[in-house]
Amino acid sequence: MVIAPLAAGHQDGVRQTLERMNAVPGIADPHNSLLPFGVFETLHFARFVVLVDPSADDIEVYGVQRAAPPTYLAFMGDCDGSAQELLGAFARQADSGLREIFGHCADFAAGADVLSWMLAHNRPLAAAYVNWVGRTVVQIREESALQRALSGRVPRRPLDSGADAQRLRRELIAFVDAEVSAGRLRLTPPAATPISWIIAHVAYLITVPLIALLAAPLVLVSLPFLLWQLRRLETTDPEICPRPTMEALHTLQRIEDVDVSNQYTAIGSLKPGPFRGGLVIVLLRLIDYFARMVFTRGYLARVRTIHFARWVFLDDRSRMVFASSYDGGHEAYMDDFINKVAWGLNLVFSNGVGWPSTDWLILRGARREHLFKYFQRRHQIPTQVWYKAYPGLTLLDLDRNQRIRQGLQSTALSDAAALDWLRLL
Amino acid sequence: MNASDRPAAPEFDDIQGLVRFAYKHHTEAAFLLLRVKNLAAARQWIAAAPVGSAVTREPLPPTVLQLAFTYGGLRALELPDDIAGAFSLEFVDGLSGNANRSRRLGDVGPNDTQQWEWGAAGRIPHVGVFLYALPGGLAAWQAAIEAQIDPGFELIGRLATSNMGGIEPFGFIDGISQPQLDWSRERAVSDDEQLAYTNLSCLGEYLLGYPNEYALYTPRPLLNPERDPENLLPPAEDVPDKKDFGRNGTYVVLRQLRQDVSGFWQALDRYAGGRADLRARLGASLVGRTLQGEPLVGLLHEQIAGNASKSDPDLNAFTYQSDSQGQRCPLGAHIRRANPRNADLPPGECGWLGRLVRTLGLSARARALDLVASTRFHRLLRRGREYGAALSLERALNGPANETESGLQFMCLGANIERQFEFVQSAWVTSAKFDGLSDQADPLLGNRLSGPGNSRSDAFSIPQTDAPDERLSGLPRFITVRGGAYFFMPGIRALRYLSQPRS
Repeated sequence: MVIAPLAAGHQDGVRQTLERMNAVPGIADPHNSLLPFGVFETLHFARFVVLVDPSADDIEVYGVQRAAPPTYLAFMGDCDGSAQELLGAFARQADSGLREIFGHCADFAAGADVLSWMLAHNRPLAAAYVNWVGRTVVQIREESALQRALSGRVPRRPLDSGADAQRLRRELIAFVDAEVSAGRLRLTPPAATPISWIIAHVAYLITVPLIALLAAPLVLVSLPFLLWQLRRLETTDPEICPRPTMEALHTLQRIEDVDVSNQYTAIGSLKPGPFRGGLVIVLLRLIDYFARMVFTRGYLARVRTIHFARWVFLDDRSRMVFASSYDGGHEAYMDDFINKVAWGLNLVFSNGVGWPSTDWLILRGARREHLFKYFQRRHQIPTQVWYKAYPGLTLLDLDRNQRIRQGLQSTALSDAAALDWLRLL
Repeated sequence: MNASDRPAAPEFDDIQGLVRFAYKHHTEAAFLLLRVKNLAAARQWIAAAPVGSAVTREPLPPTVLQLAFTYGGLRALELPDDIAGAFSLEFVDGLSGNANRSRRLGDVGPNDTQQWEWGAAGRIPHVGVFLYALPGGLAAWQAAIEAQIDPGFELIGRLATSNMGGIEPFGFIDGISQPQLDWSRERAVSDDEQLAYTNLSCLGEYLLGYPNEYALYTPRPLLNPERDPENLLPPAEDVPDKKDFGRNGTYVVLRQLRQDVSGFWQALDRYAGGRADLRARLGASLVGRTLQGEPLVGLLHEQIAGNASKSDPDLNAFTYQSDSQGQRCPLGAHIRRANPRNADLPPGECGWLGRLVRTLGLSARARALDLVASTRFHRLLRRGREYGAALSLERALNGPANETESGLQFMCLGANIERQFEFVQSAWVTSAKFDGLSDQADPLLGNRLSGPGNSRSDAFSIPQTDAPDERLSGLPRFITVRGGAYFFMPGIRALRYLSQPRS
């Protein structure tokens, strides 16, 4: 995430600049002249957000006085392969556009090298989630075209037997082969996973349990104290969940439900003190670990609608930004959070100032429907520019299309599997 | 639970009757849409209006009147904004006028609110007067009521209804599935996961002032006692030192849906190549029930909590658990979208370990059955009425298009418009992606508009056991929204409070 404070007096200016990138309010034109997202074949999602924090003063309930935090401009993207390479490509192909956008930032000098400036302002994520690790934009687009072609081609008639299903599948394979030869379909073979990625992955796989193992005795010994601390804080931390104003709600809704997916960006302060501060670091580490090791194949616990999500600390870990791209409407997203993963939400977000109070870190909290819904809307901020590389497609579409391609390219299927494959079309 | 532990029984005499009764014997009904023109006269009429309560009466009252208000109506009656504005944001915002809401609900294109006959721009009613009468009793009574309201109100619309004998204009038996309200408050007030589909629904899902399915009280206007010097309002159950303006009230969603009956049957006839049996089968596939109301998934006589069997056989004794692929009832069928009949957790391994595995999403089998949100938070208590002239199938197939206008005055009641009506309408009915499908919105209600990335919404898939899905593409639009509004139907004491002059 590239993030930098805005220059004084540039808030309106940057908003106007960003608005020029949009086809409709909040939704990027893939071919906009400032940064034509659509040109970059590894880019899934991207967003520009002006990180104004409407709840920055909430921290005062803890008696903490702090100067008003800076207003940042944040640029986030979700891509295949290396983020640095993509930033390099942005800088090469959209130098003047990026210069105009980042020119609103306080320390962007007129002659600055855009790439070095972006790299210098690229902040590491505290935790990240990717719905399906390794599924590329190219693959998604090609598989979507494949699905459309096959869906229009498959004869929709009863089949006499398993052999009939097999024969039909062979015909469709021949059809796809012909389309590929004619250049009407493309099925790029997946690139090999880089060896460096595998090494880093295995190292990470081992490191975290190792550290956990080493820390276990200490944690176990101090557990009664930690639990006492937790309960003491849970019973005294104030809730700040006023209903958002109609005006704020309208501002957020104006840019929602244009596509079948939506964006969500929220910002807030973390509860002060070493206990909460330490807890949120540990928990985000764990979430990042499980997101990279366990939840890499289409689901984050029971939730199957999140494309990408990220947590980023701001200002010396006193504030946090959460950003995600998800399928469906906002209300459905939030209901999923409450009904399917309230426990998971509580783990992290209960360390944020004002969260509906929890019991034992996972109970209540987000289950308190309207307090939670007010809280999350109040902390949500409008995403000025949001880009999605595959409009109209949900994760379940991607999942089905991927299975269609797998079934197409499998060497041999049983009669039943051949029928199941036909029924995907 | 002992009877003594049970929370207080609901005050039937304070609840408008429509929450409890569908007034089925009152086969005649009309909905009047009013705007306040004289405040004093309007209040005076409301104060004296013979509003029917939820107390059972024997013999049946010959006529019943129910009253509901839009946010604009509450403000026109000069209810202060710290009270009126404390109702839910979507009620305050209203059904029309917010482009995002219109996108979500499918009220775009041919359903655009700008083309509505009522409910948008300058034609938003303040008050809805819902009149019900035993056969033969409506005309004279309606005339009398219209005369009574004249000093206080401008009558901006009359929504007529007609008695089609429980059959909606396309010809299907309607209103079979309804949630069973927990009137005796048997359900314990606790926020526990429900592992089986239940038709029993907490009172707080339909009435403000009672705990809902999360064991919480939905936000509503609570007043300091000095705001109610005459002590008209009941205390809030959860905050006893406050007065509860919302208690025993419910939100009402009213939408006028015009149904193109000949378009419906003629389209199905084309898909069926003129074969009557196939045409009927396709119609049933779209709906999920036959014309006679038999569910396609089959009656399994499952034990479903809160399923008050009103018919024999019980046409609601089923879930879709045994038909996860939609081979008996298509996944996108209308009744499957409107009420997916699932539980809080997908079915799977039992025991605490199995539950944990399913909670963490680690069972692929459970995940595949977990695409649709938990039903119990998204129920609608339906009170709609048909309107227009019924068209026989014969006439629908052979007659000219749009010979007569008919449709449904769709009405549903609930305590949370956003989580109930709006959720069902957007995530389940209007979404072209319901339950992992694509390119298909609700086969009856869909507006058929294309979406982003050239995605379509006008297909319908009928999964087969031994073949690729049968697929209807290019479904024409069968239903058009002609008007609508969000109302609040107060408790009877709140109604009296509302009609009081305030200094």
